[in-house]
Amino acid sequence: MMETTNKHEHKNCRQLLGSLSEYVDGELDEELCSVLENHLEGCEDCRIVVDTLRKTVYLYHETAGTENIPSDIRQRLYKSLNIENYLEK
Amino acid sequence: MNGNENKVETEGFSLEALHAGNPEEFSRLVDAYSSKIYRLAIKMLNQQQDAEDVLQETFLKAYRGLKSFDGRSKLSTWLFRIATNEALMMIRRKHPEVVSIDEPVETEEGEQEPLQIIDWCCLPENELLSAETKERLDVAVQKLPERLRVVFILRDINDLSTHETAEVLGLSDTAVKTRLSRARLRLREELSTYFGERRNDLRETQLNKSMHASQKGSG
Repeated sequence: MMETTNKHEHKNCRQLLGSLSEYVDGELDEELCSVLENHLEGCEDCRIVVDTLRKTVYLYHETAGTENIPSDIRQRLYKSLNIENYLEK
Repeated sequence: MNGNENKVETEGFSLEALHAGNPEEFSRLVDAYSSKIYRLAIKMLNQQQDAEDVLQETFLKAYRGLKSFDGRSKLSTWLFRIATNEALMMIRRKHPEVVSIDEPVETEEGEQEPLQIIDWCCLPENELLSAETKERLDVAVQKLPERLRVVFILRDINDLSTHETAEVLGLSDTAVKTRLSRARLRLREELSTYFGERRNDLRETQLNKSMHASQKGSG
């Protein structure tokens, strides 16, 4: 993509960068998608960027759900709102 | 029942009970969204006491404001909007030098961004999801400027749609997509640096092991 030993010209890579996020979400419009996929076939560097971008999003998704509100903070919240009677033990 | 009320009913709440100040219904609302609001606050502020203050203030304001909530947006959108404003106000109070969330983005997409080509996808899953990695993921989010951080947290941590994120922040869908793209690319960059180092460390350890083994074998 930048300095690389590949023979391929990397002029277009940076222009495609802005569409990768929508691409990994599967939301890129059809035309741009086929332009991008054609490019990816011949550009390993861009494939690495797409794969690692997808993995980045995946890692955040995977770890997000594990972080819940600490129980002492939850208790104080219910107390401050005067609804501690509804706090499930 | 009118159309507006419908929106709230689909989230599983009775607007009538909430308007009447029914504590049981309100506690159900708190139960449904407190974790996500807390997650938003802790990722925005990276400080437990501040996050707790934002969490409490959000629901206090919600409780007071419920009477005038008209159901034109989803309750969750409304709550996230209150929480986002509270978190941003907290940042302003502590760091008055920080730029506004509405400030236009200065460069064209990808123009000035660095770009590392390191393929770290094949690292083992226990490496990618280790406790140390989780810390690095948090650190990387903290490095994002707040206008990108808030979009990333709502979309990729709290799993809101592009449109709901846009409604929460008062931005267009396109602006949300652009900011999300920038945030993700910057995070990818941070993770590439980190995992690139981890990959080299792992290789070195393996190399040392095999050298050790062959020395043993020949000795």
